[in-house]
Amino acid sequence: MKVAVIQFPGSNCDQDALWALRLVGLEAELVWHTERNLEGFQAALLPGGFSYGDYLRAGALAKFSPVMQEVRRLALRGYPVVGICNGFQVLTEAGLLPGALLANTNLHFTCKEVFLRVERTDLPFTRAYTPGQVLRIPIAHGEGRYYADAETLERLEQNHQVVFRYTAPQEAPSQEGYNPNGSLNDIAGIVNPAGNVLGLMPHPERAVESVLGSADGLPFFQSLKQALEVVV
Amino acid sequence: MTQETQPPFLQETGIPLGEYQAIVRLLGREPNRLELYLFKVMWSEHCSYKNSRPLLRLLPKEGPAVLQGPGENAGVVEIGEGWAVAFKIESHNHPSAVEPVQGAATGVGGIIRDIVAMGARPIALLNSLRFGRPDDPRTRYLVRGVVEGIAHYGNAIGVPTVGGEVYFHPDYQENPLVNAMCVGLLRIEELKKSRASLGRPVYYVGSKTGRDGIGGAAFASEELSEENESKRPSVQVGDPFLGKLTMELTLEAIRQDLVEGVQDMGAAGLTSSLSELAHKSGLGLELNLDRVPQREAGMNPIELMLSESQERMVLVPRPGKEQALEALAARYGLDAVPVAHTIAEPVFRVVHAGQVVAEVPTAALADSPTYTREGQEDPAIARLRAVDLGALPLPSDLQDILPRLLASPNLCSRAPIYQRYDHQVGTNTVLVPGSGDAAILRIKGTRRGLAVKVDANPRYSKLSPRLGAMHALAEASRNVSVVGAQPLAYTDGLNCGNPETPEGYFELSETIQGLAEASRALGLPVVSGNVSLYNEGPNYRIPPTPMVGVVGLLQNLEQRAQQGFQHAGDFIVLIGALEGHLGASEYLWVVHGQEAGSPPPLDLALEARAQAAIRELIGRGWVSTAHDVAEGGLAVALAEMCLPYGLGATLELRSPARPDAVLFGEAPSRILFSVNQAHLQAAVKLLENHGLPYHVLGQVGGSTLTILTPKARLEWPVAALRQAWEAPLREVLP
Repeated sequence: MKVAVIQFPGSNCDQDALWALRLVGLEAELVWHTERNLEGFQAALLPGGFSYGDYLRAGALAKFSPVMQEVRRLALRGYPVVGICNGFQVLTEAGLLPGALLANTNLHFTCKEVFLRVERTDLPFTRAYTPGQVLRIPIAHGEGRYYADAETLERLEQNHQVVFRYTAPQEAPSQEGYNPNGSLNDIAGIVNPAGNVLGLMPHPERAVESVLGSADGLPFFQSLKQALEVVV
Repeated sequence: MTQETQPPFLQETGIPLGEYQAIVRLLGREPNRLELYLFKVMWSEHCSYKNSRPLLRLLPKEGPAVLQGPGENAGVVEIGEGWAVAFKIESHNHPSAVEPVQGAATGVGGIIRDIVAMGARPIALLNSLRFGRPDDPRTRYLVRGVVEGIAHYGNAIGVPTVGGEVYFHPDYQENPLVNAMCVGLLRIEELKKSRASLGRPVYYVGSKTGRDGIGGAAFASEELSEENESKRPSVQVGDPFLGKLTMELTLEAIRQDLVEGVQDMGAAGLTSSLSELAHKSGLGLELNLDRVPQREAGMNPIELMLSESQERMVLVPRPGKEQALEALAARYGLDAVPVAHTIAEPVFRVVHAGQVVAEVPTAALADSPTYTREGQEDPAIARLRAVDLGALPLPSDLQDILPRLLASPNLCSRAPIYQRYDHQVGTNTVLVPGSGDAAILRIKGTRRGLAVKVDANPRYSKLSPRLGAMHALAEASRNVSVVGAQPLAYTDGLNCGNPETPEGYFELSETIQGLAEASRALGLPVVSGNVSLYNEGPNYRIPPTPMVGVVGLLQNLEQRAQQGFQHAGDFIVLIGALEGHLGASEYLWVVHGQEAGSPPPLDLALEARAQAAIRELIGRGWVSTAHDVAEGGLAVALAEMCLPYGLGATLELRSPARPDAVLFGEAPSRILFSVNQAHLQAAVKLLENHGLPYHVLGQVGGSTLTILTPKARLEWPVAALRQAWEAPLREVLP
């Protein structure tokens, strides 16, 4: 039950992810992008950052890195694979998740707190949440507008693959402008049909302690810990 | 002197004849063209501080916590449990004026490398920005570009931008200011300096050298003119991805104890970094230009020596660790080449194509002449300061003024700027921008936290450079105290006009003397800094702008304060006087269109007591909401405390003074806090024990800010104030 935190040269949320995983008692290690063997790991986390500088397109080069072959292997064998922010972009570029993440509608990098509704609580990442729970979690990205063609979107909805959706805060349910980037269907995070590969733009690892302003991301990692303990 | 007898290259390099003669004396011969260029950049104001060095000696630099004062890549202060913090502020004004995106981006990259060179991991960035009129299209272009540049570099390299400040003032119209500050954390035993022992190979690490930023340090030391628009080649180009790799490589090399010395390669590139390394080590150095990794073919020695290509560092490996260093660099895909070695003879020798192309004593490059000039105050400023404001008409409608002030470019919400910066990467940011008077960062694995703030009021400094500088340090320090931290030391970014003019030199000299006085009174040493002069264009000279960055320590992170009212029913207390001053106030400018009068007087002993008192109130756990009363006075400060949580307040301001001075007048050493009834008595007693004036003004609650004065009842829905406050910068940064 060890989690590999994949370290691309431009990853910059790798240490934060490691901290959050260890905070809930998970064993986790950084794995450099040239590594070709993830033997001994039962889960992988692709952290936020700018994988290879991302001057071409976020995540566009990372899919070719040696370690991604192994991430793919873990995913196909049903182990949990999480991509956060840039990690989500890499997962879509690598074809492990459908759709794409386009430039925010405001065309700017945006860092702020958003509200997310948890749509599924039967996944290894969400079991510690309650259905419909609204979370306060930060975002920090320039390319987070989830896009997919109508057919794909329809399929995602029918299969209940949307896990997190941007929403208004509970105190002000009618508040508008809660979708920070123009994502279709307010999508903040999706999962593959098998339910083991998840990508999300917001940063649960930045909301794991009340001293940081929110601990709403903590159950995300606690869920993963529970799931991995069951595997073993 | 006639054309024939003028020494060669004098006109080309722009070196003054007097300095040329000094160079000839130091060398005992005429310099060649390359050597003259080495002197030009090393003796530029940017590298040599030749106009400011005698004045900077006035600043206190010693303190019990200081591990490293000015003179290295950054200052370092001890914070306990084996930890230390390295920090510095640096200007990138002129590059940002001609190419705002890259100018600002490389300013951020450069200050990060300074911190890394001390062996510290950067944990926070701040910036201090000054622009001209916000409605001017060129200002908007500059604001957008600078913000984009800071975001581009800081977000990608993964260091959170946790704080900053921005002012708009017409005198920055031709010469915006962009200063960046970085704070890094290190274990004391990993503290590094720019040092090498004898006979060591000196490694060039990082990005390749190209033809960008040639002579940037010298460019920074001239006034801006129309021609400068054509100086884009003097502006460096930043690559945060390579910057990240270079940073990680350097920190990992230090962690593995592979290196004995580290030096940033910043302004004046190879010339400055290598000659300073040799000079500080009491040695000489021989540089082989043929080994320098080059981005393009055919670069000549002058281009190589003056290039300010970014993302380069100088590392001196420990004996026997050369190969380990090279292997580590290979992991990051970076060049690591021994381009030089230290020698006993104290000369800086440059070899190109097998020939010695320059050889000068290292001390000669380091010890530029200094200038002490005659300063004279600009009489126009003295006249403005002397304006009598007693006859100022009282506005008929006081109600209307608060939303107008909140919507002023200098007081409105900064969210459109800071939301473009990643302010949370690293998961240490406890107080994010907009939530407190200073940013707070926790130190993982301890109960400790750091508070950081950068501040300067250009209106105060314009009207009284000396008092303005004192206010800058007092306010930055107050902001750090108001979140509950003990200020430890500061870094200063001194931005002034041309020191060769009497008024420019006067402003520089007065600014430094004011800082020195406030430093001594508040017990705060300066540990690093930067001087940026010649900040003027054809029509405007900037107000002296001492950007003061204070770092403070919270022993226990649990005891801290933020800005917003949190609990209805809490009592609101003001430390300090009810009445403010109208001179140099934001109110006077926004409502009466005047910039005149003297900035408010500053009693530094009272200031120190007020700061000690608020720290104690927070430290005892009685206070968790506190806010400094700054520009816009009491009414604006109260509104700023209502805005974060939309919680209102009702207060009574009983003063016989003119109501605009009570509501909007400014004065230092004033702090508002809220306190639960259970602790009110004790809090008030504590203030009395400190000998502080105070007023219990009212209570938190409701959804309006209601202020009762002897003659009026003023009431504003917090939501309406928010609207006024949020809109203006969104227009500039949609």
